[in-house]
Amino acid sequence: MSFNLRLIPLLPFLGATILILFGRKWKRDTVLVVAAGAIAGSALVVFDAVFTALPAAGAGGLTDVVGTWFAAGPLKIDLAFRMDGLSSVLCLIITFIGFLIHIYSSGYMEHDPDFPRFFAYLNLFCGSMLVLVLGDSLPVMFIGWEGVGLCSYLLIGFWYQTTANADAGKKAFITNRIGDFGFLIGMFLLFQYTGTLNFQEITAAAAPGGALMQPLWLGQPVAFWAALFLFIGATGKSAQIPLYVWLPDAMAGPTPVSALIHAATMVTAGVYMVTRLHALYLLSPAVMAIVAIIGALTALFAAIIGFAQNDFKKVLAYSTVSQLGFMFAAVGTGNWDAGIFHLFTHAFFKAGLFLCAGSVMHAMSGSGDITIMGALRKKIPWTHGVFVVCWLAICGVPFFSGFFSKDSIISGAFGTEVFGEELAWVAKLVGILLIAAAFGTAFYMSRLYFLVFSGTETRAPQDVQHHIHESPGSMVGPLVVLAIGAAVGGFIGLPGTLLGHADWNWLAEHLAPVVGPELEVSKNTEVIFMAISTALALGGIGLAYVYYGGGYREPARKFAAAAPGFVRLVQDKFRIDELYAFLIIRPLRKLSQAVFLVVDRILIDKVLVEGVGAVVDVFGRIVRGFQVGDGQRYMAVFAIGVAGMVYFATRPTVPSTLAVSVNGTSVDVDARRGGNTSERALEYSFDFNDDGRPEVTGSEPSAHHDYGKPGEYTIRVQVRDPRWGTHSSVKRTVRVPEGVR
Amino acid sequence: MGLLGWITLLPLFGALLVMLVPRDEESIHRGLGFLTSLVTFLVSLMLLSGFESSQAGFQMQVDKVWIAPLGIRFHLGVDGISLWLVLLTTFLVPLTLASPQAIGIRNVRVREFTAAMLILETGMIGAFLALDLFVFYVFWELMLIPMYFIIGIWGGERRLYASIKFVIYTLVGSLLMLVAILYLYAQFHAVTGSYSFDYTQLSHLTLPATPQLLCFAAFALAFAIKVPMFPLHTWLPDAHVEAPTGGSVILAGVLLKFGTYGFLRFALPLFPLAAAKAAPLLAILAVIGIVYGALMAYVQDDAKKLVAYSSVSHLGFVVLGIMSLNPIGVQGAVYQMLAHGITTGGLFFAVGWLYDRRHTRKLADFGGLWAKTPVFAAFFLVILLGSVGLPGLCGFIGEFLVLIGTFTANKNWSATGLTGYFPAPKLMGIIATTAVIWAAMYLLKMYQKLMFGPLDKPENKTVRDAHGREIVVFGVVVVAALVMGLAPQPILSRSEKSVDAFISSYRDRLQDARRQPDAAAHIYPALAAAPTPSGGNP
Repeated sequence: MSFNLRLIPLLPFLGATILILFGRKWKRDTVLVVAAGAIAGSALVVFDAVFTALPAAGAGGLTDVVGTWFAAGPLKIDLAFRMDGLSSVLCLIITFIGFLIHIYSSGYMEHDPDFPRFFAYLNLFCGSMLVLVLGDSLPVMFIGWEGVGLCSYLLIGFWYQTTANADAGKKAFITNRIGDFGFLIGMFLLFQYTGTLNFQEITAAAAPGGALMQPLWLGQPVAFWAALFLFIGATGKSAQIPLYVWLPDAMAGPTPVSALIHAATMVTAGVYMVTRLHALYLLSPAVMAIVAIIGALTALFAAIIGFAQNDFKKVLAYSTVSQLGFMFAAVGTGNWDAGIFHLFTHAFFKAGLFLCAGSVMHAMSGSGDITIMGALRKKIPWTHGVFVVCWLAICGVPFFSGFFSKDSIISGAFGTEVFGEELAWVAKLVGILLIAAAFGTAFYMSRLYFLVFSGTETRAPQDVQHHIHESPGSMVGPLVVLAIGAAVGGFIGLPGTLLGHADWNWLAEHLAPVVGPELEVSKNTEVIFMAISTALALGGIGLAYVYYGGGYREPARKFAAAAPGFVRLVQDKFRIDELYAFLIIRPLRKLSQAVFLVVDRILIDKVLVEGVGAVVDVFGRIVRGFQVGDGQRYMAVFAIGVAGMVYFATRPTVPSTLAVSVNGTSVDVDARRGGNTSERALEYSFDFNDDGRPEVTGSEPSAHHDYGKPGEYTIRVQVRDPRWGTHSSVKRTVRVPEGVR
Repeated sequence: MGLLGWITLLPLFGALLVMLVPRDEESIHRGLGFLTSLVTFLVSLMLLSGFESSQAGFQMQVDKVWIAPLGIRFHLGVDGISLWLVLLTTFLVPLTLASPQAIGIRNVRVREFTAAMLILETGMIGAFLALDLFVFYVFWELMLIPMYFIIGIWGGERRLYASIKFVIYTLVGSLLMLVAILYLYAQFHAVTGSYSFDYTQLSHLTLPATPQLLCFAAFALAFAIKVPMFPLHTWLPDAHVEAPTGGSVILAGVLLKFGTYGFLRFALPLFPLAAAKAAPLLAILAVIGIVYGALMAYVQDDAKKLVAYSSVSHLGFVVLGIMSLNPIGVQGAVYQMLAHGITTGGLFFAVGWLYDRRHTRKLADFGGLWAKTPVFAAFFLVILLGSVGLPGLCGFIGEFLVLIGTFTANKNWSATGLTGYFPAPKLMGIIATTAVIWAAMYLLKMYQKLMFGPLDKPENKTVRDAHGREIVVFGVVVVAALVMGLAPQPILSRSEKSVDAFISSYRDRLQDARRQPDAAAHIYPALAAAPTPSGGNP
């Protein structure tokens, strides 16, 4: 069904354009009205589409073809949008949370001189993100994919005067570009083997036995490689191992940006893309296994790093990396609903957590150091309340949103059958990693909570303590809305089967036309894993309380003292950044510098180019020696030259193509075909054994000789001009074959 | 004289006019020069209305006897490929003449500079339109002379070294090409009994394998130097660094395209068998150039050199696309030529603007400029992102098409039995795709060092933001980059037929040559009737 979907990204783009062109001269309120108005308008269109038009549309959802973007030969890319169950969920998140964050930012950025620029970027981001999810083909998705990357770059480096911020932005962009390299290769492979880049057509082409199942490299089919390369793109955008390193640094940007881009929306693009291409991924259990394992490993690895971080936003950043790992583990196990479900709940509780971080840092005079916080629960009660809800949600405490989504991921990992028999171990490995990661999540989030909010005294200096205050209404309002979402968001994906009402799982029903029915897990498994999830959440919180309840407690100090090296290593994030710098970045730069110097400057420019010049120069100098204006010398050289020419011109020659014919053991030689031999009386001598004693001499240019027996013989023919004594000769080998008579 | 003749010669007339105005009237020189190039641009827009995109061949031909005994004709024509390159030329020259930074900081001899630019424009347009190899060669060399003076007179400190290097490099290639042209001319006479330099006739002449290879080598050398392809590129950084801003814009924006255009128009169609033999080598050199140019750009500390090396990388894409010899790749190559003209031309405007403000191009001398020059920073960023290849801007379309064309290079050929034409297409494609990483690395590094970070150097604190004409120039470039990124189809659809015809005729010629590998020089396919002196479309 056709619907004016282009309006959805267009409104924010329009807002951004207007703000870039005119915003600098406007009042803050005007800027805010334009920016928030654009995204609100977009949200209204989304609501209309999702709740009015989409239910009435068929399986294909809503479509909007703007026109041909570009076409060449068999390739044709339409600028087309499509909204189905999957993209509608993302659109709701983007416009709804996007709007809340616009409101929050009006308070947070109130005193920033670059207020209009900030909102222009935010609008540009929302528009790009909407293109990303609404695009009906990989290239259109790629517009959004790169657009959000650009906005992320600009917003991380928003306060560009600090080199570290600009560096962080650049790191984010380049790391993402490494991922984009994979994304592009994936697209190229898909196009080469399916002839299309449209999602519907790829899904149709992704049938078992189709072109995508041809073996390509290392015995793996095209589907494996295309999906793997696309997944590299996802690891960049969604901060998974090995490309996660940019996300923690990205916290250099303003906090609302961290909430919207680096938690709720952009970083989930990889999960969305994999889900969008689920038909492709399902073709290759091997690639599913890679996705699931990378996701689960990232979930655990980032959670461990989160144990020891002392910056509020860094903890949340690693938490985001970890939670994204959960989502990839879900989609990697074929549990598409759960992946999107967690994407949805995470958007609320993580955005809430980040905005709380902003509020806390606002209160703490800009500092995010949790070692100097503590006992903030009474001083900023609204923020505290919101944080508690979001914290319980991310830990997975029953009936908060994260509980449902995380539980369905873990139970799905143990219940999945996508890997087939050979790779069945993957499911168990992923499940166990996720259990550990879930426990870790509860632990590090609770550590964060206890260190920031619990206890009786704040560890900050007095002057900071004096300023601690609750944030303005424009910031608290969105916080409360997000807290409500974090609390009850889980009810969109109730485990309906367990409760005997499959239709209670609104999300699964909504997504079913796109990704198929939800993963079936037996009731027993479901109940067991609910119990396990609950135990993990409470266990993690409990352990954190033992260590950090009310501030740093004895066990925490003891542990830090017992293993200082390990704690240091975790604090340093396992020094992965340093490893990359050592292994890749520095060698690349050194190599480039060396190549520039050796190849470009010396080898090509000096040796080759100027070398040619130098050779010409040397010849010039030599020749110049003759050009001295001395007439006699000129005449002498002239005479020598003429004499030489005459000698070579008049010298009798034997043709090198001496005509030799073998007849039995006898040989005929004819030297007649010389250039200058015919008109002059010349003496020929034929030495048939090349022993210095010619067998035949005379003025005849031809001769006959019988060897009498077979063998190899060398013939030397000399021609001599008796008048001048000039002569030349030619040698020739003949073979007299045996047994020929 | 026909529309094409007017477009070609208008700038030359303008140049004469400019030279007639007394030396001191600099504003008249500037105004007249700009006006001439603007009129040329507007007239060239008429090409679009007259152009039939459903036709593959040359349109609006002008064909007049020039030197009858030698069979030399003033033969011009436009097809879907040269159409856009001419428009790129007529678009960039008025921008250059409008830019206050065009002459650079040695702001002398405005009259001669303006005239040189206009003569250069005639040379460029003529060379794109020429359908007579002799005329082509005349225009080709005509471009060289003004450029030599532009670098040599208005250039930087090492301008003499750079200009001589530029001329000698280019001449070495073009003289060999002249020899090959004369050989073709003689062979054509030997086969048909008539003398002609006419491209539409000579392109039917199939030479035997060895002379074909030699002639191809001569043409390819001339074009490879012009592109420039690795390892013949070292004149480019020197020429760019020393050239004044206007010279750099035109050099990168248009002149380099003659290398790639030459491959498309002459080297491949005239010598298909040799081209097919050399294609693997050229494709590999192109891929090397893509990575090599990017890595070299990454280690430059001079902004202009960095942009110059980025051209080596970007032009590598064009050559790769041409060598893929399928409609996607070649269309991508054509588009990439145009996009590179816009973005790299724009980047040279930007670097020239910075040099004008600060009299330095060293990255280390800048920092934090955004705070002082937000308008310039925004323009600069968009142009730079176009060069990075961000989708939605012009750079993406060309690269994307070239890379898809590379991946599917052999697929199209295997249908005709010519398998294995392109070496390891996927591997080549994958290596070339790494450019998306390198481009972000070197361009963002440059942008950060110039615009971000603390504004800690006193000289940078007084820099004045872009204003007046500068905003117009940058604005036009940015709009062009956006339009070409969002709506490339009007351009692609007009070049489509010509590109298809290029490929199919190349394929036919190649198959003919392979059917009879030992054949003597002959005409294939049969020549159409000789062109009438009046020529052209009704």
